[in-house]
Amino acid sequence: TSSRICERGADVAVCGGTHGNELSGVYLVRELLKAKDIVMEEEREEPASVLMVLANPRAMQQCRRYVDTDLNRCFTHATLNGPISDSAPYEMTRSRELNAMLGPKGSPGAVDLVCDLHNTTANMGLCLILSLACLFQRQMPDVPMRFIHFDVSSKESYSLDSVGKHGFAMEIGPQPHGVVRSNIYTAMKDGVQHMLDWVRLFNSGTIFEAGFVDVFTIVKNIDYPRDSETHNITATIHPQLQDRDFLLLHPDDALFQTFSGETLRYKGNEPLYPFFVNECAYYEKGIALSLARKNTVAYHNMAFKVHS
Amino acid sequence: VSLARFDEARRVAIFGGTHGNEMSGVTLVNLWVKNGSEIQRKMVDTKPFITNPRAVEKCTRYVDTDLNRAFTPENLSALGEGDLPYEVQRAQEINRIFGPKGSPEAYDVIFDLHNTTSNMGCTLILESSKDYFNLQMMNYIKVTDIRLKSLLKASIQLVECCFTSVNIVLCDWFIAGLEVGPQPQGVLRSNIFEAMRVILKHALDFIELFNEGVEFPTCTVEVFRVLERIDYPRDANGNIIAMVHPNLQDGDWEPLNPGDPMFLTFDGKTLHYQGSGTIYPTFINEAAYYEKQQAFVTTRRETLVASAIRKA
Repeated sequence: TSSRICERGADVAVCGGTHGNELSGVYLVRELLKAKDIVMEEEREEPASVLMVLANPRAMQQCRRYVDTDLNRCFTHATLNGPISDSAPYEMTRSRELNAMLGPKGSPGAVDLVCDLHNTTANMGLCLILSLACLFQRQMPDVPMRFIHFDVSSKESYSLDSVGKHGFAMEIGPQPHGVVRSNIYTAMKDGVQHMLDWVRLFNSGTIFEAGFVDVFTIVKNIDYPRDSETHNITATIHPQLQDRDFLLLHPDDALFQTFSGETLRYKGNEPLYPFFVNECAYYEKGIALSLARKNTVAYHNMAFKVHS
Repeated sequence: VSLARFDEARRVAIFGGTHGNEMSGVTLVNLWVKNGSEIQRKMVDTKPFITNPRAVEKCTRYVDTDLNRAFTPENLSALGEGDLPYEVQRAQEINRIFGPKGSPEAYDVIFDLHNTTSNMGCTLILESSKDYFNLQMMNYIKVTDIRLKSLLKASIQLVECCFTSVNIVLCDWFIAGLEVGPQPQGVLRSNIFEAMRVILKHALDFIELFNEGVEFPTCTVEVFRVLERIDYPRDANGNIIAMVHPNLQDGDWEPLNPGDPMFLTFDGKTLHYQGSGTIYPTFINEAAYYEKQQAFVTTRRETLVASAIRKA
């Protein structure tokens, strides 16, 4: 066994509105900020270790995913540190502001944990998306939770949650963009609360035992069939696949249904787990669904020790 | 009136993309523009048409202003060409092509295809209870296709300045808004797509039969008449402070009784429906209506009698 030692209490940033039309996070962070204001007014001791951030206010105001470019792709080292012109996309300027606030990425001053709140139109339930082995392992009894692993080195990571020393995106669906569904909001609120509770336990010296967790590691993305001239899609996700995120897709299972009624089938060699099935924002990224392998991952003992 | 006679419907238009992110109509119309054989019927000229191409291109509801609220007399007569908001220009253009009302070139029937994030199933939106042609078409579709019997609803609402306001614009007779949900904006779901396609198929069959001289006997049709719009509770700054309650969410067309849960505040308090009687809510939690101050719409359930209809 091994334990990892941290120098001080972990601080956390909770970010909503990275995509301005993913409303659970927008409303939750707004409410948390309101509650914080009330606490300040009552002059109670405010734990400085939780930062609440509305990441893309201009996109939020317009209830759009982004104004110029996807903010959640603007956190590579190159984008954060390269030259920037006056006419740069809004989100590029904003990503630098967020990097100054929560980072700088890769430096000792960066926030310990970034939790970035998202919604998806896919039927994914509650997922945590990680690019590094995350410290956070805490189940909510009534809500199944899944871990999704994107295998990128920290140099190539492009998302907001990569600014902190550790980070993850909390993704909850299905919810249409521009809509707040109460069950989804409640699930996200509970998820964030559990995460903050975990951090408090961690800061108070609790030892978290080593263990195992199932993780879905992304293997590939599949695009819609498209018209060669117009690039418009020529099929929909097949009704037998729609809403069946994380149910094993076998070779030859139905994948798409063309507009003329033909079924197109999965031609891969191995059964894989689909997710982000029919996510609205991914049409323009050329992704109809993502496919993952399920792995069991071991994680270490975790404890917080104060240096004497 | 025991038998209503109308001239045959010779020119039919099918509009998609009035809201550029409502994907079923956009996809169907694009399909039919490319290959219209599926929508052709004897003695009917059917024209599929994308009404808001710029919004479709950007996959957004509208560019400057909601096209489906743009058909006001002021807008239609406004001068200024390229300086006008994009959708006002489009409204004028559409009026030129498909109308104007009263002219011999005006279209006879227009279907305007929409999606909603609300769990409304398939809803035909009519503007008048005297709309015997559309009521008979509704009845025909429900009787012909057993799957649509319970799924297809009719709603009567006068929404000013949209296509279904017959007295403002366009064609002499019959405009039907067809609303199918639930579907997120910007997403194409196969079941929703197929439902809309099948409904239009039956609707066009009905028109063909009507044109051939078939008499459709009197029938009764259940409709939901829109009463009022209910907004989200808001704070002094106009921000929403509560969500549609989980008991009401997805409960379109189910009775809402006085005292039933209606909203859930962000800190967990339930707000109850305070009306005096039972109503049937619809358009529950439609994404586009947050900015129109509308959490849901109340309706009253009615049974209408449609007189028999026949070609003149």
